[in-house]
Amino acid sequence: MTKLKPWLSLIGIGVFALLLLVVAPNVLSMHWIGNLGKYVCYAIVAVGIGLAWGRGGMLVMGQGVFFGLGAYAMAMHLTLETAGPDRIPTFMILYDPLAPIPAFWEPFRSEAFTLLAIILLPAIVASVLGIALFKRRVKGAYFAILTQALAVALATFVSSTIRETGGDTGLSDFKYFFGYVLDDDRNKVMVYLIAAALLVLCLMVVWQLNRSRFGELLLATRDAEERVRFLGYDPANIKLVAFVVAAIMASIGGAMFVPIVGIITPQEIGASASILMIAGVALGGRASLFGPALGAMAIGFGQSTLASSWPSGWIYVLGLVFILVTLFLPKGLASLVTRVKDILPTSRAQKGLST
Amino acid sequence: MDALIPPLLNGTAQGALLLLAALGLSLTFGQMGVINMAHGEFLMAGAFVAYLTQLVIPNSDISIPIALPLAFIVAGLLGLILEVSIIQWMYRRPLDTLLVTVGVSLILQQLALQIFPAQGVPVEKPSWLDGQLVVLGYAWPMRQVFTIVLAAVCVAALAAWLKYTNFGRRIRATVQNRDLAETVGIATRNVDRVTFFVGSGLAGVAGVAASLIGGTNSQMGTQYIIPAFLVVVAGGIGQIKGAIVAAWAIGVSLAFFADWTTGSLAQVLVFVLVVVFLQIRPQGLFTVRTRGLA
Repeated sequence: MTKLKPWLSLIGIGVFALLLLVVAPNVLSMHWIGNLGKYVCYAIVAVGIGLAWGRGGMLVMGQGVFFGLGAYAMAMHLTLETAGPDRIPTFMILYDPLAPIPAFWEPFRSEAFTLLAIILLPAIVASVLGIALFKRRVKGAYFAILTQALAVALATFVSSTIRETGGDTGLSDFKYFFGYVLDDDRNKVMVYLIAAALLVLCLMVVWQLNRSRFGELLLATRDAEERVRFLGYDPANIKLVAFVVAAIMASIGGAMFVPIVGIITPQEIGASASILMIAGVALGGRASLFGPALGAMAIGFGQSTLASSWPSGWIYVLGLVFILVTLFLPKGLASLVTRVKDILPTSRAQKGLST
Repeated sequence: MDALIPPLLNGTAQGALLLLAALGLSLTFGQMGVINMAHGEFLMAGAFVAYLTQLVIPNSDISIPIALPLAFIVAGLLGLILEVSIIQWMYRRPLDTLLVTVGVSLILQQLALQIFPAQGVPVEKPSWLDGQLVVLGYAWPMRQVFTIVLAAVCVAALAAWLKYTNFGRRIRATVQNRDLAETVGIATRNVDRVTFFVGSGLAGVAGVAASLIGGTNSQMGTQYIIPAFLVVVAGGIGQIKGAIVAAWAIGVSLAFFADWTTGSLAQVLVFVLVVVFLQIRPQGLFTVRTRGLA
């Protein structure tokens, strides 16, 4: 048993991968595959938040920013692909038929550039912000408020630039995804599988980071930043890495969100969307490996089922989740599992002693 | 000169409104370490009190002066309920107060959405706010002047209360050293409750002012909460003078940036400005020197 324990999480990831990649596509209807794909995207974001917040103690309240960077990079590419080579997207023609396409759109015609941008854009933004804040030891609530402020600012900015980004209506009506027709069930399943595979990959990255020397330093920084500093490490660099990784994951989640859901608007990247991303992580258990992903999927499921049938009730449920989880289960539902485990092994350990 | 005066005066009024919203925050966040994300909804409650007062007393000349103390009491009571029911259990977990109050703010927003019409409610301006004040050749709307006067009165009252009254001394003692304050016989739990009541009540007063300038609806709290927090962050924890300077600076830069570019780009630029400012003064404008490491 003891030899098995370090690998238990990896086995868990394997089972999770099996469920998402093999079982789900064979069992679920197309409607539910689309929904599950959306939850998977939120889960990818949540895995990153789990690393930054649960392990690193940085409450990132503005992941919508990075989600938005990835989503809009992908959406711009898909919009251009739908419009065809050298053509201007339809929504731009509606606002001003003669004006040329904005310069920053042009490189997104290239598939390679788009994929690079999905990784590099959030990495650059998170690095600049992270260096600026962590080096000056801005942390805790200050950090949380500033990230949220950035999400608000970006969402307002996007909604006001109608001709450049589609404004409040956002970008939608994508027909192709890297050459594949999106309105085809088999391609939809493929897009879902890509997202699910990316989620599994992100889980493995975080699993590896957690068990590495870096993971230990990150935990140490969360619990006693000054001691880490006195030991000769720079906590700012440690936090920066976790923050950038979380940002990249949020961006990947956003990028996959676009072909699966088919629309991206400033609402999906603003303050309340960012808070929704936090909710799942808090519910599932921010410091655990699976907690954030499963929590985010649960919140996504709750949102799409409750919000359509009982919209006002959903907000109350969400509010209560925040209040009750923080009051009674600060480590989320995952702490229930460890509590049960705490009761079980005592009997097992005693057995081990007697044999 | 002509291009400079209007944004300067506009920005000053905007800053005064921000200051009103941030004043209560700087009390609860600065003095007690509670990050109250529901502060914006307390502000909203104040604005709705202004509307409800007008339903009872249709003459807005009288109803607004009555609404001001009423809004203070209603928002203050909301804050007191929040403190007694939830916040008091989490004084040692500051980041968790943020999460809990996010939940409270969601619930209050939804309640307001269901009680009042979704598109918002109209709040009549009193006739004594109709005119304009001519400053340096620019006609300054009276409601902007009113916000500034209101902010000045609230700041003066709060500062005097903290500095000269017995209770203010007890608050400062509790903030500086809770254990010692208890030893000399201060009921620190009472101090907490009253501080939270006053801080939340100030949000209500800000709400009445906000209802005279912008729209009154269930979403209005979200509009003020982040700029108000930025004021507290840039001003320095628990520093009223810091909040005054920061609110004015943020208000004026918002107005200037909006004048030069667009209103939405101005928000992004002000955010950048605050981050750059924190490079120079990471603890905000004014800091309290402590010997703690954190």
